This record gives sequence, C-alpha cells and structure tokens, in this order.
Amino acid sequence: MPFIPHTEEDIAEMLASIGAKTIEELFDEIPKELVSGELTGVPPGLSEMEISRLMMERATTDGFYQNFIGAGAYEHHIPAAVWQITTRGEFYSSYTPYQAEASQGTLQLLYEYQTMMASLTGMDVSNASMYDGATALAEAALMAVRSHKTSRRILIPKTVHPIYRQVVRAIVSNQKIEVVELPFNTQSGQIEPGSLSEFANEEFAALVIPQPNFFGVLEQVDALTDWAHSKNAFAIGVVNPTALALLTPPGEWGSKGADIAVGEGQPLGIPLSSGGPYFGFMACKNELVRQMPGRIIGRTTDLDNKEGFVLTLQAREQHIRRSKATSNICTNQGLMVTAATIFMSLVGPEGLRRIAAQSHANTLELVEQLEKINGVKRTFSGPVFHEAALTLSAPVAGVLSKLKQKGMLGGLDLQGYYPELGNALLVCATETKIAADLQNYAGALKQVLS
Amino acid sequence: MSVPTNLKYSKSHEWVKPEADGTVTVGITHHAQELLGDMVFVELPEVGRKLKQKEECAVAESVKAAADVYSPISGEVIAVNSPLVDEPGKINEDAFSAWLFKMKPSNASELEGLLDAAAYTELVENEDH
Repeated sequence: MPFIPHTEEDIAEMLASIGAKTIEELFDEIPKELVSGELTGVPPGLSEMEISRLMMERATTDGFYQNFIGAGAYEHHIPAAVWQITTRGEFYSSYTPYQAEASQGTLQLLYEYQTMMASLTGMDVSNASMYDGATALAEAALMAVRSHKTSRRILIPKTVHPIYRQVVRAIVSNQKIEVVELPFNTQSGQIEPGSLSEFANEEFAALVIPQPNFFGVLEQVDALTDWAHSKNAFAIGVVNPTALALLTPPGEWGSKGADIAVGEGQPLGIPLSSGGPYFGFMACKNELVRQMPGRIIGRTTDLDNKEGFVLTLQAREQHIRRSKATSNICTNQGLMVTAATIFMSLVGPEGLRRIAAQSHANTLELVEQLEKINGVKRTFSGPVFHEAALTLSAPVAGVLSKLKQKGMLGGLDLQGYYPELGNALLVCATETKIAADLQNYAGALKQVLS
Repeated sequence: MSVPTNLKYSKSHEWVKPEADGTVTVGITHHAQELLGDMVFVELPEVGRKLKQKEECAVAESVKAAADVYSPISGEVIAVNSPLVDEPGKINEDAFSAWLFKMKPSNASELEGLLDAAAYTELVENEDH
C-alpha cells in the first residue's frame, strides 16, 4: 500500500461533504491572534531535480572520514538486506493506524520486536519502542516515580550520558521530581558502590545504572541493583543493546534483577545519519507493566481460534486517557523498529555476539596501540566494552582538528562535559574497523602529539 | 439491576456503605462497570492514605478505558480489597459486593450530601437520555 496524498479532487469532495468551503475554514474556531500567519524564512518549493542536487552538494560537504566517535551513537555494519526489506512499501509507508488491528503485519513485526528486546534485556515485557534512548530514560524515571508512590527523587550517576541527564531534567523537573547526581570515582571511571553510603538516610524512587557507562566503563551492576532494592528504590538499567549480547542482561542484575531497562536502539541496524531518527527501547518486569508508557502488542486467538495480534493494555494511552495517559510525549518509532527487528533477525544471537566481541577486541587493540604513544594514557582503570577514555598531553580540540585533516574523526572531546578530567578524549572502534585502520589512527595520533 | 437502597451514591458513580462501626465501604456502581465493560485491572489506594472528598484515589481499568475512582467523602483509607486486583471481573459480576476500599470518615456530615438510591437512579436515567 503506497503512500498517496489527497488529490485536489479528494479534498474538494471531503470539504463538500463536511459543508466547508476551504480547509482554512476548518480552523475558524482558533482565535485570530493565535494564528501564526505566513511562515517566513521558509524558501519556496524546489523541483525533485533541484532538491536532489542541493542534497548531494550538502552531503559532500560532510566529507568521508574514518569514524572513531561513539558516545551514544555507534557505527556498525548494516547488512544491505536490512534497509532493502525495511523500505518495501508494506513496511515503509505504514503507520500504526488507529484501527491498529487492521494491520496484522505491522503488529506481528512489533510483537517479534518486543520478544527480541525482552529476551535481550532479560526482562518480562517490552513496549513497541520509544522516541530515543534519552527520552526512554526520562520515561523510566517517571514510571518509577508513579510506581514508588512515596519518593519523587531519582538518583542519576554522572557516568550516565550527559545529554540523557539533560533530557531527563528537562522532562521531569516540571513534574516536581528531583534529580540527584551521583559522583563517580575518577580513578576507575565507575560509580563506587561504597560511595552510596552517603545516601544511606535518603529516600529515592529509583537509581539509574548505566552499562556500559558513558566512558565505556562497565559498572558494578549487581552491587548497585541490590543497593537500590535494599533502599526500596527501583533499579533502572540504561544499556547498550550490542553489549547485551555479551554482558549479563539487566533482568539478571543482582539478586532480583533491574526493574526497568532502557536504551538507545540505534546500534541495531540504524545508520548514524547525523543524529537521527533513532529509537529508544524500554522493557520492564511484569509488576510494572501498567505503568509502562507506549504501546504493547499482544498475541491472541480470535473466535475461530485463529492467531492474531492486538494492541494490549492500551487503556492508559493518550487516545483513551488524554491528559492522564502514562505518557503524552512518547511515540513508537515504527520504521526504525522495523529495521532493528530485521537486523536482529538477520544477524541472530550469535551474529550479535560476534559484532559485540569484535567491537570490544578492536577497542582494546586501539587503546593498547594508543597507550604506547608518548603523551597518551588511559583515563580510567575500569574494564571497558567498546569505548574508552584517554588522557592526552595536549588539548583535545586541537588534536581532533589535526586528526580531521588526516581524514579521521578521532573521538569525542570530553572537556565540555567533564572539565575535571582535563584533556580527555573518548574513542570507540567498532567491528567496522580493520587492523590497518587502527594502525593508521595510532600513526596519525603519534604524529599529531609529537 | 436495581440500585440497593441501603447505600449512598456519588455523582461520579461510587457507592458508599455506612457500616455500624462508623466506617464506610466504597465501590463503583453497577452502572459504572456497565459503561467501562470487562474489567482487567484495579489500582487501589495505599492503606493509611488520607483522602479529600472528590480526590482521585483508585483506577478501574477495563479493556477499553482506565477510569479514575474518586473518594466520595473525606477520610483515611483503613483497608483495601486486595484480592480484587487478581480478580477484577468480580466488579462486573456484582459491583455492589466487590468493594474497593474502606475508609474512616473525617467529616461524617459529608455522607448527608451524597445521593440516595432514588436520586442516583434518576441521575443514571438522565445520563442515558
């Protein structure tokens, strides 16, 4: 079913049927002073040829660099079949319609996606996706506060992605929820479970636990989860889906497992594309399912005993519950989830493990080579997954601009987010890098620093 | 189904049963469950919670809607019908015996302001037209 916009005739027919002369007339009830009028600064329309030429020109200004930046969005190989299948008309143009059950194919795909995410995170139930990783974390915080009932405080370590923390604050602070930041150990780059004793007498609705954290370092998730539960707080895991192929899933952290797992789904077959669209994932324990925002697709049988897929637990969604819905900002990213589901199906559990293992090995190899350079040392002693912080002898911004001249994006400058770390650089080498790329980077950095 | 005459009613479709010991038992009416359809979940207030009259205090969730339950009077929640959480269908079976929670009223005179069976029946009939 291709996407066909309304023709002039369709519009005329619909207006005649309603009894309105123009589309504008449909908005008559909006007071004149609230109507914005003409949009300025929007150029006139371009033909297809003109727009494709303009986009080509802009795309070439991006350049072609070897990318060693991770920091929340990761370059992975995407099998050609993923987007070939995703862009089939049946998937590409269909939105979860308001008569959702009419689209059994879409619902089945979402159901399979949920099954995969629940299995990857080790949780009971997954929703059909969220806007992105950062808003998924904010929603998890809201969910924890709704479920906790007595505390409206969330403890978030500074090892959580700085932009995620910013988004969480933006979304929850107007709801009288307090975000308390937890410092990390600057030697190990981890949250020190011992440091939690300073909060012994305080009450929290939830503790957020990143795995791996923003520095690529693995946190002591078992101790942290148990601490949260000992305080009667929920444990929210913020996890990288690739890492889950190798690491203990949040559902098995500590003695009872994390309560909510969220994260950014981009590494599962979504291209970097200058920052989006991506999708967020969210999974939780059964006990919390009624507080989980977004859609959940269920499998059932109809009167004739035929299998079918239906929207489940939608009574708290905004089309029914309006302002009292569990969320009024969340959305499922249907097309991105379609790509991710196809990606996971194609690579399979073993493929995902190999992607994770190769990314881990490449990053370790890169760090080992870089550490041999005079003026480079590892910032933290904690074990890493596929990303690591390095402390350089020179300011990072200058180093990165010289590396760029040599055709590579050398990593993320941590200065802006963590000035206390000095000249710190965050590097990442996924499975897309080969031995020559790593040597190339090491050679270039050596030249730049000498 | 007839509207029991030994109960009091709120305009938001809760029933209230004054007990001999001065406490009250609260549930949702037969009419309310009929509007909601098959119940799938109820969320009950915490025991000990102090409620103001008309405050949202519970959620009755059916396959098609999640409706707030409002406290018909002010007072403290002293007991909740926990088994109902696992068997919300009891509300559909017999709404007037499937109670949600019990309260100790803080202002007994509020009971006087509630509807009696006849007034509630009239309210429901007017709503239907």
